Amino acid sequence: MPTLKIDGKEIEVPEGITLLQACEMAGAEVPRFCFHERLSIAGNCRMCLVEWVGAPKLQASCAISVNDLRPNRDGSPAEVRTNSPQVKKAREGVMEFLLINHPLDCPICDQGGECDLQDQAMAYGVDTSRFAENKRSVEDKHIGPLVNTVMTRCIHCTRCIRFTTEVAGVPDLGATGRGEDMEVTTYLESALGSELQGNVIDLCPVGALTSKPYAFQARPWELNRTESVDVMDAVGCNIRVDTRGREVQRVMPRLNEQVNEEWISDKSRFIWDGLRSQRLDQPYVKKGAKLKPASWQDAFAAIAEKVGATTGKKMAAIAGDLASAEEMFALKDLMDRLNVASIDCRQDGTALDPKHGRATYLFNATIEGIEEADAILLIGTNPRREAAVLNARIRKRWLASGLPIAAIGGVADQNTDLTYDFDYLGAGPDTLQEVASGKHSFAKVLKKARNPIIIVGQGALARPDGKAILTLAARAASECGVVVQGWNGFSVLHTAAARVAGLDLGLVPGAGGRDVAGIVSAAKKGDIDVVFLLGADEINGDALGDAFVVYIGSHGDRGAHRADVILPGAAYTEKSGTYVNTEGRVQMANRAAFPPGDAREDWAILRALSDVLGHKLPYDNLGRLRDAMYQAAPHLAAIDAIEVVDGGDIDKLALVTAAPKKAPFVSPVEDFYMTNPIARASNVMAQCSALAKERGKGTGTDG
Amino acid sequence: MSVRRLHPEQPASFAFNRENLAWAKAQIKKFPEGKQASAIIPLMWRAQEQHEGWLSEPAIRYIADMLGVPYIRALEVATFYTMFQLAPVGKVAHIQVCGTTPCMLRGSDEIIKVCKKRIAETPHTLSADGNFSWEEVECLGACVNAPMVQVFKDTYEDLTVESFEKVLDEFAAGRVPAPGPQNGRKSSEPLGGATVLLNGGGAIVVQSPVKSPAKAAAKKPAAKKPAKPSGKAK
Repeated sequence: MPTLKIDGKEIEVPEGITLLQACEMAGAEVPRFCFHERLSIAGNCRMCLVEWVGAPKLQASCAISVNDLRPNRDGSPAEVRTNSPQVKKAREGVMEFLLINHPLDCPICDQGGECDLQDQAMAYGVDTSRFAENKRSVEDKHIGPLVNTVMTRCIHCTRCIRFTTEVAGVPDLGATGRGEDMEVTTYLESALGSELQGNVIDLCPVGALTSKPYAFQARPWELNRTESVDVMDAVGCNIRVDTRGREVQRVMPRLNEQVNEEWISDKSRFIWDGLRSQRLDQPYVKKGAKLKPASWQDAFAAIAEKVGATTGKKMAAIAGDLASAEEMFALKDLMDRLNVASIDCRQDGTALDPKHGRATYLFNATIEGIEEADAILLIGTNPRREAAVLNARIRKRWLASGLPIAAIGGVADQNTDLTYDFDYLGAGPDTLQEVASGKHSFAKVLKKARNPIIIVGQGALARPDGKAILTLAARAASECGVVVQGWNGFSVLHTAAARVAGLDLGLVPGAGGRDVAGIVSAAKKGDIDVVFLLGADEINGDALGDAFVVYIGSHGDRGAHRADVILPGAAYTEKSGTYVNTEGRVQMANRAAFPPGDAREDWAILRALSDVLGHKLPYDNLGRLRDAMYQAAPHLAAIDAIEVVDGGDIDKLALVTAAPKKAPFVSPVEDFYMTNPIARASNVMAQCSALAKERGKGTGTDG
Repeated sequence: MSVRRLHPEQPASFAFNRENLAWAKAQIKKFPEGKQASAIIPLMWRAQEQHEGWLSEPAIRYIADMLGVPYIRALEVATFYTMFQLAPVGKVAHIQVCGTTPCMLRGSDEIIKVCKKRIAETPHTLSADGNFSWEEVECLGACVNAPMVQVFKDTYEDLTVESFEKVLDEFAAGRVPAPGPQNGRKSSEPLGGATVLLNGGGAIVVQSPVKSPAKAAAKKPAAKKPAKPSGKAK
């Protein structure tokens, strides 16, 4: 490990890091614009100049490796100064040059208050300008409905270009012209095609790229920040929800190396306008053919009447994709008390079942584990559409190691743009069977790999023969040494934020109970009288026949349209809830705002309803509910942790006989921007969706 | 330098002719697998030559597709290098006037004035008949023959207002004037013949008809060597 003397302090630093990072480790603050830990080094802003004693000129510390700082002739460590008069003067000089062409429009700039240039000009700049000439002016670029541009403010750090090229893998942005006339733009101002493009807003150190939907909405110091978890997919990205008053103003990513690093997808970031429209803000009861506003008492009375007239066998409950663990636990508790066995959390009909063991439905390799992988097999999944941030992690690993990646179904063909190269092995179960039997050439690749991963998507499992496919996948994992001592690469990729918690809590049919498909068909036949939908919007409500449908949820979407009674619930930003992501990581979402109107938190609705139904749930507050939930599922108490699972369950599952059908695997996410009721209520998502359809490419919607 | 944008009016499509396509494929083969993008500059240059001296938007896409690079990367290259003309240029001659210091000191301003008068008031603008256009460029490396202009691949040096007008007249008449110095000298030799090493220089002097003493020259082993280059100053 190289030893350096930084500002008089001698420290040992890891091999290969940049001098800038070494200075930070030594406690020195080094200003920078172009440098970013997760992007390649550009070295073009010159703000990070430091003095390497003995070198004739100041060094751009972001672009020099500590390994290159050789010791002095007498063997003493190289000396670096970050606070010498020379450095101070250089920083002032660089800042002055940067500000030559930067407009003085901070009062009307959305970046104001959280702007790197503003902050650093205060800290390292001078208070006057000597520049009397005209400033450069640059035409704004139209690069889509999400990112707003004011290109006169651009300081040419190229972070956005490097992000789209390297991390997002969609090289749309570039710099045309040169020198002072360099302009960041897309080809002929076409819209950006990445589903991670919102991150360039965070990366931009000035106000050149800002959020279009958030434009002129609020100032950062007016906002209340709430740390929470995203529910748009099953990755569980860590987010920060910024609110002013009742309204969510924006969603930002939060650093979590194990999950999302510091990226979030556009759906997570720009969904918030969907939290304002199509909201259910008071109970409704169907009178005749129309839903009429009602009081909570009337709504509960209507439910009690129907529930009282039937038996547990003729009732059913389905939990939706955005439900938190708490409300699912309360739902299950209530259904148990009503002797209802027909309960299911698997709206898509996936074959995953907790009875096979927890290892059979988790992304066991973990998201961080992808960075150790040396071979990946995708089965029936298009991770770019189903889990965009996780896909970026696969790309990161692919860029670093060029590992072999193969896909069976899930994508249309070899030409689908997943942002990395892969081999398209085949469309469906036949190919999987070949891999599972070890005959396929890619089985040999997996066998040879030290840390192979098999990613099984819902496109392979959410189908009538899903059980057989799951067995085949487990057999492939078993056969190819994907599950071994110290490494479990059998990874199920979920698409719903609620699914893993639902399976953990056992929201699957009990003895004699029906699953989702069974509930729907039984309701159609008239065998089921009452159906409870807890935010379940992905099933065909019209197929529920004459059953009495109680919908508990936040948005007037498919479920509410079919409902006989609507009980308005809270969206994910309006309640404190536990979510378990696809890897089994337990995370807590926090309340950032209050639900609109008469809407209440879903667990409280179920608690109140239970009282009316004569089966009072024994918890009066969320804390008590959680106590009861932790009794039932102790691992949910370990926030931000993944409980170790038994890989042996996968080997056991592999022994079951399987008779799959021939149909090819198709990714369940057809439209990245329209996967849940909040997204469907969002105007911004609708624009993105229309744009993606028009392009027919770019967001992965092509395959 | 100024902001370089694509021309608003673009041809519908572009494709290399057969000869150029074969040439392009040979160029691409020069680069190792995975590094084909490196052929972008020669290919763009050839596309520019094929298409009336300017690089069109379809041509940028055509070459990007050919090399498998994103369109924006090709556009970056096309807009970075000023030798790629992004707007139509004169069909007969695109006059690139060197305006860098040596040429400026030797009167390039006057040459530019002629361009403004005879071709168009602003650079990168076609003359009324569409045959001429002009621009000011940075040093073209013929400072000893300043001032000078470049027309496609040829340079016209040692210009005066009169001789430059004559060059333009020749072009306008449909002929190609002889490139090189326009004041009668050969490359950068002194105007009016040699001024040094006229005699007494032994065998070194080649231009001078004065013969050196044969004996003395023959005995010197180094005598042959320097005889060669002195005749070619450039």
